[in-house]
Amino acid sequence: MTVPGPSAAELARQHAAGTAPATRSVEQAFARAAEVNTGPSGLNAILWDDREAALGAAAKVADLARQGNQPGPLAGVPVVVKDNIATLTMPTTCGSRILEGYVSPFEATVVTRLRTAGAIIIGKTNMDEFAMGSSTENSAYGPTRNPLDPTRVPGGSSGGSAACVAAGIVRVALGSETGGSVRQPAAFCGIVGVKPTYGRVSRYGLVAFASSLDQVGVFGRSVEDAAIGLGAIAGRDRYDSTSADAAVDDYAATVSETLKGVVIGRPREYFPDSLDARIRERCDAAFDAFRQLGATVRDVSLPHTDLAIPTYYIIAPAEASSNLARFDGVRYGVRAKAATLREMYADTRSHGFGPEVTRRILLGTYVLSAGYYDAYYKKAQEVRALIADDFQKVFDTGVDVLVTPTAPTTAFPIGAKSDPYEMYLSDIFTATANLAGIPALSLPIGRVDGLPVGGQIMAPHFAEAALFRAAFALELALGEAAHR
Amino acid sequence: MSATVDAPVLAKYEMVVGLEVHVQLRTRTKLFCNCSTQFGDPPNRNTCPVCLALPGSLPVLNEAAVELATRAALALDATVQEESVFARKNYFYPDLPKGYQISQFDKPLALDGKLVIGEHRDGSLMHVRITRVHMEEDAGKSIHDRYPGASAIDLNRAGTPLIEIVSEPDIRSAAEAGSYLRLLKQVMEYVNVSDLNMEEGSLRVDANISIRERGASKLGTKTEVKNMNSFSGVERALDAEFARQVAIVESHGRVEQETLLWDADNGTVRPARSKEGSHDYRYFPDPDLPPLRLTKEWIARIRDRLPELPDARRRRFATEHKLGPYDIDVLTANPHIAEYFEAVAHAHGDSKTAANWVMGEVLAVLKNPGVPIDRFSVRPADLAMLLDMVRNGAVSNSAAKRIFALMVETGDRPEQIAEREGLAQVGDEAQLAAWVDDVIAEKPAEWQRYLAGEKKLLGVFVGAVMKRSGGRADPRKVNQLLSVRASG
Repeated sequence: MTVPGPSAAELARQHAAGTAPATRSVEQAFARAAEVNTGPSGLNAILWDDREAALGAAAKVADLARQGNQPGPLAGVPVVVKDNIATLTMPTTCGSRILEGYVSPFEATVVTRLRTAGAIIIGKTNMDEFAMGSSTENSAYGPTRNPLDPTRVPGGSSGGSAACVAAGIVRVALGSETGGSVRQPAAFCGIVGVKPTYGRVSRYGLVAFASSLDQVGVFGRSVEDAAIGLGAIAGRDRYDSTSADAAVDDYAATVSETLKGVVIGRPREYFPDSLDARIRERCDAAFDAFRQLGATVRDVSLPHTDLAIPTYYIIAPAEASSNLARFDGVRYGVRAKAATLREMYADTRSHGFGPEVTRRILLGTYVLSAGYYDAYYKKAQEVRALIADDFQKVFDTGVDVLVTPTAPTTAFPIGAKSDPYEMYLSDIFTATANLAGIPALSLPIGRVDGLPVGGQIMAPHFAEAALFRAAFALELALGEAAHR
Repeated sequence: MSATVDAPVLAKYEMVVGLEVHVQLRTRTKLFCNCSTQFGDPPNRNTCPVCLALPGSLPVLNEAAVELATRAALALDATVQEESVFARKNYFYPDLPKGYQISQFDKPLALDGKLVIGEHRDGSLMHVRITRVHMEEDAGKSIHDRYPGASAIDLNRAGTPLIEIVSEPDIRSAAEAGSYLRLLKQVMEYVNVSDLNMEEGSLRVDANISIRERGASKLGTKTEVKNMNSFSGVERALDAEFARQVAIVESHGRVEQETLLWDADNGTVRPARSKEGSHDYRYFPDPDLPPLRLTKEWIARIRDRLPELPDARRRRFATEHKLGPYDIDVLTANPHIAEYFEAVAHAHGDSKTAANWVMGEVLAVLKNPGVPIDRFSVRPADLAMLLDMVRNGAVSNSAAKRIFALMVETGDRPEQIAEREGLAQVGDEAQLAAWVDDVIAEKPAEWQRYLAGEKKLLGVFVGAVMKRSGGRADPRKVNQLLSVRASG
């Protein structure tokens, strides 16, 4: 599927210059959504939209442009937002029954920042319930389909946002990451997905799954789209105590045609013998391209990589079991009718949460229990430190970025992974960056059987600029080969 | 639960008590959001996405609360930690919006404090060790008896900053518990961190109590007693629970570890309805809040800014003002009274007189219609001026009391009142002599007896002159005049 049309930057320029009205771009986005059918009978990518509000906001951008004001780097650019990010005009349900009909009275900092940058939020996208999943099949509102092959999953948990970008509805979309929920769907849908450094982007208004791992991420049709999107939302927020006061670079300006002097690490643990040979091949081609750009490719080792999935599946459910306690039927969302308080809790939560969410709450409750805390949660935190240390050591030897496959497979058929553990292994190459808190990006590096393969680039804390520089150069070098 | 045990049996045992005291910090806003902490507002008015635990909201620590908590901890001689960690205490209850309380667990704000609660017979200090002082947020309020068939939730209090002060089990009697609480409250008043109002819940006490035979060193099974709403209630509850445990042990039963509620009306304890089946709170560090890091310099600065604490003030009042133990206790009980006294004493120069007036006239007024001392109409300088006037004879002692009453009423200065009310002392020799002559003329027989040597009758004559003058005669001069008459 080739998607014509201007980039986000070009759109913003046109809107600002008044050569094209922002309202027309919004109309086109809705028209494209109708054309590919993003509704429940089609891709099922968009859960809620608000055409009127979107057109109203676009008209304001057009007014600003007419008055000669600078309407921002995303002026009039249509954007979709994952349904676990609070917006004022549409519901925020996290793909869950328990929040059916819930409209937030406040909006997420990232949404405010997008709007300040001129972006027009046109819809909320489908997702695995509370971001727990790697295929967007765990949504209470039904699975999202991959626009490149509707029998297959788009990846997850931010599958709806990835599908909207891949289907050419928007150039930029917000997702969220806890263990790979932006990069893996980006890989499955053949687009760019970036997970920034933990603390780079405010979590205020992102409904928490696992607070120490969660980070809002950005999808782009191109590296530049993603760079502009991230630039618009990055930076310290006083409403999120874990957001960092680190300078935000102009990521779009890191575009470079050469990588002379750049050292690229190839961690051997991400290329096991069991890795699909055709995915390995695409990666090798990417390494060749990096060499031709003047970079040095160096074999390195991250010895604790194989512990990432077990570590992740202790820490994330532990935090989730506590974060999701607020969904108790008392103040908002769905409440079951019951005779006693205890029954009300049990019925509300049993009916409100799907099986994967229930499984993780139980798992998390267990690992935090008296007598198990030290063996599981505490131990997992120690291993997490070792994983972070692996990265630190490699970066300390002068490696600028690491390059790996994003996922061990291409997009799999809907319903193919019924064993939860098999599903968990989808994040085997991505969860490490969340555990270490480092930034990582996935971009298309070719196809296997017509399905996209993602290449992952990882960088040291707050070195998003290094990520984007490598990504820009590789995207340019691969050209159309990235989509063949 | 109506076990009765004879006093000699009770005397075989001693109670071992540790207290957990929650003190609500006097901040303008809540611990993790900007909502007001105002008490008594309409239900759920002071709430926002953070304290309602709306999806996506995050806590941001109130620095003013950290400063108050640090002051309190330092005042209790505890070591404030350079790094402490907020942890989540997980349990379900409708008035706990997040499903967890943000508290501190294995890394509290401060450790190892102590509070002196008296002296042993040998003169050594009796103190209660304080295990820890930690910060946490309060829950909301459930109201079960207002609407038939339903409970109401008020979340105005949810997220209000508290400190919990946990003592070691160093307390051996209800009276010691009472002393500990009164002195703890006094220290908190001195450092001005809380309203300390038990009725409004800004000061709450839970007690852990076990018993053992006197002389034994092993601790028995403890129970936790809650729901006491006064210090005397704590003392009564401890005695009741002590007797209950003794009765159980004496009848060869076993004390169950449980939470009990004090019923002040019946003077008994009863088992609490459990909040959750088990008490596994699944504590873990709150990933939304980085560890609280305080620099040595910052802690030192807070320490330097602490006011003089009750203990130090008591010692200083003994040496500097030469007051006795009773006067010192009364004057230092409340920091504002102590400061008021000192201001009067310094301005007037005679501490004893100042102490007598503050303990007598001033406290009598303050005790009455609930006049807080910070809004007391008589400024220390004005009271000192009144005492000066007494000393230099401008007014009599009895006139001074009338003037003081008028000062309380009007807030006017004493010399204005003396002038206006004609209470200035009469020192005019001619006037005084006339009164003296009148009085001698009225009581010729007594005067003869006085002249014959019955010296104690002098008081009768002075009193009569004072009466005739309406209290305005200068008694010193009246004395002199009478002596002159007698010898002339």
